[in-house]
Amino acid sequence: MRILVVEDDLEAQRYLVNGLKEAGHVVDDAADGDTGLTLALSRPYDCAIIDRMLPKLDGLNVVAEMREHGNTMPVLFLSALSEVDDRVKGLKAGGDDYLTKPYAFVELLARIDALMRRRAPAAVKTKLAVGELELDLLTRTATREGQAIDLQPREFRLLEYLMRHAGQVVTRTMLLESVWEYHFDPQTNVIDVHISRLRAKIDKGFSTPLLHTVRGAGYMIRAAK
Amino acid sequence: MRRNNEKFHWAQRVLHTQAFRITLIFVFFYVVTATALVAFTWWNSQRSLDNQTDQTIEAEVAGLREQYQRLGVLGLSDVINGRVAQHGSGLYLLLSPSHSVLAGNLVEFPTSATMIDNYVIEFDYKRSMQGEEVTRTARGQAFTLQGGFFLLVARDITDQKMSRKKFQTTLPWSVGLMLLLGIAGGVLMSRNLLRRLDVITRTSSEIVAGDFSRRVPMTTGHDEFDTLAENLNVMLERNERLMKGMREVVDSVAHDLRTPLNRLRNRLEDMQRKLNPEDPHLDDIDSAVAETDRLIGTFNALLLIAEADSGMTRGSMTPIDLSAIVADIADLYAPLAEEKEIGLEVAPSGVLTIEGNRSLVSQALANLIDNAIKYTPAGGHIWVSAGETPAGIDLIVADDGPGIPVEDRARVLERFVRLEKSRNSPGTGLGLSLVAAVARMHEAKLSLGDNAPGLKTTISFPRTFVKKGARE
Repeated sequence: MRILVVEDDLEAQRYLVNGLKEAGHVVDDAADGDTGLTLALSRPYDCAIIDRMLPKLDGLNVVAEMREHGNTMPVLFLSALSEVDDRVKGLKAGGDDYLTKPYAFVELLARIDALMRRRAPAAVKTKLAVGELELDLLTRTATREGQAIDLQPREFRLLEYLMRHAGQVVTRTMLLESVWEYHFDPQTNVIDVHISRLRAKIDKGFSTPLLHTVRGAGYMIRAAK
Repeated sequence: MRRNNEKFHWAQRVLHTQAFRITLIFVFFYVVTATALVAFTWWNSQRSLDNQTDQTIEAEVAGLREQYQRLGVLGLSDVINGRVAQHGSGLYLLLSPSHSVLAGNLVEFPTSATMIDNYVIEFDYKRSMQGEEVTRTARGQAFTLQGGFFLLVARDITDQKMSRKKFQTTLPWSVGLMLLLGIAGGVLMSRNLLRRLDVITRTSSEIVAGDFSRRVPMTTGHDEFDTLAENLNVMLERNERLMKGMREVVDSVAHDLRTPLNRLRNRLEDMQRKLNPEDPHLDDIDSAVAETDRLIGTFNALLLIAEADSGMTRGSMTPIDLSAIVADIADLYAPLAEEKEIGLEVAPSGVLTIEGNRSLVSQALANLIDNAIKYTPAGGHIWVSAGETPAGIDLIVADDGPGIPVEDRARVLERFVRLEKSRNSPGTGLGLSLVAAVARMHEAKLSLGDNAPGLKTTISFPRTFVKKGARE
């Protein structure tokens, strides 16, 4: 995937670019808003990672300009500013996601994967399937190998989110943000407990586990190889 | 209907103003003093008029007595007739001992007379004026002369009486008029004052709501209200500058600390990636990353407290439903509580809308429940509820754990304070401080009470932050 990184802190930029390249992406970089905007408008990218505060042209304005030119590529904002108001401002300006520095690289990677996946024009699905596990979005029921699985509404949403991102790492904060719509950092492992309950329902009694813990990152649901 | 209600409301407000009360008191004293003064002056002038009449009559009587002594009864009759012929204002009557009229312009001795003083009487008499007979009032002296003759000397006082009567009827009316004008003036004055004050109140509540750029508008009158407005505006200007400064400080502290923290974490991650999974140093790096994350967590919590306290987040307040937040957060923590074998019970409630910041209120509630789960032993209970009170809405988290001793309750709300026995459990020591900051930001009261046994934490949101009927 082609990714544009606009970041003025050169050391942070270097780590970011290296990390993304190691993850198999093709990366262009820019250190100020003007250059970033020119690149964004002249080349096709799958995703852009843009710092919120940039010299010459502010990150918010870069994205606003991009959107004005009809450019719809997914944008993830990186911000070192304080949080509460800023996230709203970033998303209002046309950003698709928002990450506060310092961030964990796996978190960033998971998020841009999710962003790029979202971009792929998926047909409106009424059923999701991972291996033998099926989720019917209309009847709100889940089955595995034909056996019905009884899920609470919140568990259903959790599983739906995981299955929509099947094969991708999903972090705890991503789950908290999209399933519970909260943007704070719970002090304890609340998400882990939800996951282990879900795991007990969908994996227990079956030969191959589908829901995996990715060490130091989060979770992933995928079909057995 | 609505308009009427508004008018009624307005009128009520006017009646309750200080200005109106002051006016009422003023009007009362003014009316009492003015009435007393007018009445006294009137009474005095009446008295001196009466005195004058009495003195005139006294003098006349003395003259007539002298005439009588010198000239006898015939001479006296002549003098009296002479005076009557002059058409003066005097009234005379001279009677013989057998009560026949000898001289004078009164036809008979008055049948009914009021004794005012020794000799002095007031009486009604009849007199023909322009062909009509009218009853008039007179005041004078009646006495017996030597020899049994009877003399009455008087002056007509009908006009005085009339004006006295007129005064008596007009006095209550003028008092009433004074009261009416006074009250009307009071209402006008209070309305004026209210209007000016309302402008200031409106501006200040807009500022409280987060719009720091508001200023009190001034008139061209340069009166004392404008002076007040000017002073307020200077103060507001300074406040806004301070808030802006605070915001800049928070932002630059955030930026200047986050950037190096970010590099630090990047480097550690880079090492993690580069090291062979079997490398013995990997564990050290893992714990360095975990330590960095704890540092970041503490820093973020401090920043959030600073933000909540600085009022920076005031602009991000929207109507939020507390019972939905209670349900959501309880749902989030339910499995954790269950895993610890703690019963997490949520009291159901209807929609309870307040003006607030959803993220911060949720986080505050999460911190409280998190704490409760942390400190309540297995088999315990936690109760979460939101409910309306006369003063507003109370958000309550209670447990039957060990609780907090009374003497420590105030202290645990301070930053970084952790009680001795909880030193070794994870946490930043900022959880309750954040709850306190969020409460302050919403002008809510945070109180730690005894749940006998256990801790009962209450956040009382005031009525002003409660949106009645707002459903969004």
